[in-house]
Amino acid sequence: MSGSDVAAHEVRGRDLGSGLAQLIIGVGNRFRGDDAAGPLVGEALAARGFEVEEHAGEGASLMELWRGRSHVVLIDATRSGAAPGTIIRFDAALQSVPTGIFHYSTHEFSVAEAIETARLLDWLPNSLRVFGIEGAAWDYGAPVSAPVAAAVERLANEIADLLAADTGPR
Amino acid sequence: MSLSDVTRGGGPARVIKVDALARVEGEGALYVRVRNNEIRDLKFRIYEPPRFFEGLLRGRMYSDAPDITARICGICPVAYIMGASHAMEAALGVDVPRDIHEMRRLIYCGEWIQSHVLHAAMLHAPDFLGLQDALQIAAANPDLVKAALRLKKLGNDLMATIGGRAVHPVNTKVGGFYKAPSIEALRVLLPEVEWGLGAAETLLDAFSGFDFPDYDYDYTCVSLGNTTAYPIMEGDIVVSGGEAIPLDGFMDRYEEFQVAHSTSLHARPKDGSGPYLVGPIARYNNNFDRLSTRARDAARRAGLGPIVTNPFKSLLVRMVETIHALEEVRRIIEGYRGLAAPSAPVAVRAGTGCGCTEAPRGICFHRYELGEDGRIAKALIMPPTSQNQPQIERDLRGVVEKNLDMADEDLKWLCEQTIRNYDPCISCSCHFLELTIERE
Repeated sequence: MSGSDVAAHEVRGRDLGSGLAQLIIGVGNRFRGDDAAGPLVGEALAARGFEVEEHAGEGASLMELWRGRSHVVLIDATRSGAAPGTIIRFDAALQSVPTGIFHYSTHEFSVAEAIETARLLDWLPNSLRVFGIEGAAWDYGAPVSAPVAAAVERLANEIADLLAADTGPR
Repeated sequence: MSLSDVTRGGGPARVIKVDALARVEGEGALYVRVRNNEIRDLKFRIYEPPRFFEGLLRGRMYSDAPDITARICGICPVAYIMGASHAMEAALGVDVPRDIHEMRRLIYCGEWIQSHVLHAAMLHAPDFLGLQDALQIAAANPDLVKAALRLKKLGNDLMATIGGRAVHPVNTKVGGFYKAPSIEALRVLLPEVEWGLGAAETLLDAFSGFDFPDYDYDYTCVSLGNTTAYPIMEGDIVVSGGEAIPLDGFMDRYEEFQVAHSTSLHARPKDGSGPYLVGPIARYNNNFDRLSTRARDAARRAGLGPIVTNPFKSLLVRMVETIHALEEVRRIIEGYRGLAAPSAPVAVRAGTGCGCTEAPRGICFHRYELGEDGRIAKALIMPPTSQNQPQIERDLRGVVEKNLDMADEDLKWLCEQTIRNYDPCISCSCHFLELTIERE
């Protein structure tokens, strides 16, 4: 199965009317071990009432997804060589995102490329915060590894706090 | 990527190696060894693990095949859905009414548009501009990239409107659709289709100014044909505009075979006549007269005659086909009055059926044998990239021979570009590997 098997644009939460055009995007494939990190963080945040979309990571449709949104949070698994479960953070408005750590096979047009292309086309949201969780195992049908599962919970809490600070108490 | 000069007894050998091809779907590699200005070894290697789809299908119901085989590819799922559906309908004697066929053609046009535009503008065009990737194109020509992304989105929107979602549609089934697509939802796309026609022509005009490498080949073109429409899901299989082979005779004439250097099966004609070409150029060469007037005019403006022999110009042919597909989209939406019934009735019986449609990359052939209970006894799928592999290697050989005086880095670039001419879908091609286990 490929990442696209997961409904690419399935809305798993709802916008509670914060007044910000806010969106959380969990990128990954639930059926490939630690690649589920993004969708799992998204799921945890959807349970808290945030608007979340799960996405396979194809760059062109990612850009479409965040167009018109002012505040976007994107979570994906990384493969950079860091210790499994390591969380990395980028503020895409302030810094470019390194290509090559967010893996996606389709035509090499993935999360980082989408962000950098959107920057060049002036299609970036005002705020685009990117979080990565370093994975260890990517086998088909495998569960997420223990360090990644722990990081998923930590990161979901961190993002919820961050967005609460953006929008005030929910 | 790595590149090295090595010396072994008998003179220096030049080795061009690309360990992981960029801007193609899936994982492939290239190895060329040249000694004394002669190619000693050339391999287009596919090393992605095989996925055993045919084995997976055995024992499952006929109705599972379209959705399961669609998972072979996220770029061209409609090709698999339609090929499998047609084959099952042939096996079960289902007569699909004209209105359903038209709606299927419409969703397939959406797939052609999004796949062709992504490849031509974002993945192939950088080769001709000396740019490494689509990012550099976005920096150099943001308007071109914006137009390409908007066109791609139109293709995706068509697929989502008809199929329920853009990737791996869920509204399609053997016999037709679960639910008739909404007339209104399709009609609102018409202004964007009008815009798209102009945008596709602008892109084609821009691409026609590229400096195309000097290489021609007298291809044996295999595509659908022998039909009135420019073929997407219609007709027989034709060979270089002449001979027509009915779908159920295709496997009598062509076969798959294993090579050691690829997890993907290759394909060849059984008569030993050598490699053949499937895909945009093969379709175009076999069916030029069936293109719309506007698409033919655009082709002429881009400098294309009715027969294309330079594989690098597949980029232009993709945009010509995009123009034709957009006109088809307009025609079908304007004529759409809803479906008399969303699907044709299907009754289970034993049978064998073949289906073949024109995936963006070329003919994708399916053959299934069903038992009396409608379960799949045997499945065979020949995707386009499997069929093109021997021709890709033949092109690489020709391009390298013609450019032996080129510096290694430049030659490597040209080889990668040669492979990208095919927009190869490597993930699709390695769906099967013959596995023999000997036990004592």
